[in-house]
Amino acid sequence: MLEAMMVKRLRDYTLDFALSAKPGEVTVLMGVNGSGKSTTLNIIAGLLTPDTASITLNGECLSLTAEGINVPAEDRRIGYVLQNSAVFPHMTVRDNVAFGLRARHIPRPVISERIAYWMEQMHIADLTGVRAGNLSGGQKQRVALARALAIEPGLLMLDEPFTALDADSTQTVKDLTRRVVKDMQIPCIVVTHRVSDSTDIGDRACVICQGKKEWEGIPGEMPEICTVCHCA
Amino acid sequence: MIPRHLWPKNYRHSITFLAAGIVIAGVTLYLALPVLALLIRIPPGQFIATLQDPGVTSALWLSLFTTCITLVIVILIGTPFAYFHSRYSYPGKVIVDTLIDLPLVLPPAVAGVALLVLYGRVGLLGRYFNMFGIQLAFTTLAVIMAQIFVASPFYLRQAKSLFEQLDPAYEQTARTLGASSLRILTMVTVPMTAGGLVSGAVMTFGRALGEFGATIMFAGNLPGVTQTMPLAVYVEMESNVNVGLTISILLVIISFAIMIAVRLIQKREADRA
Repeated sequence: MLEAMMVKRLRDYTLDFALSAKPGEVTVLMGVNGSGKSTTLNIIAGLLTPDTASITLNGECLSLTAEGINVPAEDRRIGYVLQNSAVFPHMTVRDNVAFGLRARHIPRPVISERIAYWMEQMHIADLTGVRAGNLSGGQKQRVALARALAIEPGLLMLDEPFTALDADSTQTVKDLTRRVVKDMQIPCIVVTHRVSDSTDIGDRACVICQGKKEWEGIPGEMPEICTVCHCA
Repeated sequence: MIPRHLWPKNYRHSITFLAAGIVIAGVTLYLALPVLALLIRIPPGQFIATLQDPGVTSALWLSLFTTCITLVIVILIGTPFAYFHSRYSYPGKVIVDTLIDLPLVLPPAVAGVALLVLYGRVGLLGRYFNMFGIQLAFTTLAVIMAQIFVASPFYLRQAKSLFEQLDPAYEQTARTLGASSLRILTMVTVPMTAGGLVSGAVMTFGRALGEFGATIMFAGNLPGVTQTMPLAVYVEMESNVNVGLTISILLVIISFAIMIAVRLIQKREADRA
């Protein structure tokens, strides 16, 4: 279970946002460009320092500014797939998936086991020795997903995972994401600006506008026009 | 006279074509002729024979030795410097930025004088080194120091710009996966910018190899100790022209090799992108 509350003064507005995500559920975070979606994920991941925050994941406190607690990003065990997947193009697919495991000094036999498992799960087992820079958009996204999940995270976060994908790849990534979130029983946050994504993949949806929560509920029941800035 | 707008189209194209040809040919010849003149001045047989001259071999090995040491130092210290400089904001960063660029516009002889004033026997710091019997000026070490001062900006500027341009998503992803700063630098940042870094290193090597002004001021011109190839050219042109020309041709060949290497690296990077 993720429970997050954060405040951060940005250039144009103040992000003042609270979010919770249940295990096995996909929470879709929606909003127009510059509404604070990625900033929210970056604060949860520990990549940005909030002005004020209280973030707990599965009972563990990740950030509590009142007590000066701010667990560094590398110790948070959050699987985070950033925009454009950010697979390391100079490494093979296998080395990409192994990266987090090696960084965490996990024993070699366990690394081999987990790589094989996640490459199988993400249907990339046949790409093991291929340089990641040569992959298609859909393949890159699946490698990024396998890499994020291989560290056995307590939370999965995907930032605009479907933007550069064709229809088939989008559906594959959506199906895989839903399945692993259910199987692993971890909370998952997906950032998107497409309403269709929220109804396809989301158990819950949350609309953010200029750093404030505009609406929260079941995908499909979302209002068409935002009442804060009247964006669609 | 027929007004220009009534000239036949082909005629107008021909004039443009001719003008372009003259400009391109003129610039190319201006750059190429001195090099060609140098290359044809000595017959190949004599060139190869003169390569055995102790003056040539001594200057060649000293140049290669000092330039390689310079390159290693610039890469080992310059890479983390450029990384931290591009990643963090700190007071006086603009001044440091300017200092990195300064040796590029400073006359090399002035750089040599500055190094001498600082590290010379009675220099600002040199006098303290001298108290412990350490002399920096007019030694092989001074050659290396002069080369580092003059040539390092080529690598530092390149590395800084590459690190700044790299999409932060790669390093951020590596952090969330549990990587330390050192692992991110060595496994992600440097490999992803390797082509450009090598290109910068090759340019640094070339600049260090051709360094003259700062070296002669700070390190002097002692054969076998501080007399690098450019200094040897200067000396030999007054006493033994053939040796001077042979060293000059060697420098031309090495410079060409450097430029070809840079082109190949850039092409490979463009193909990969």
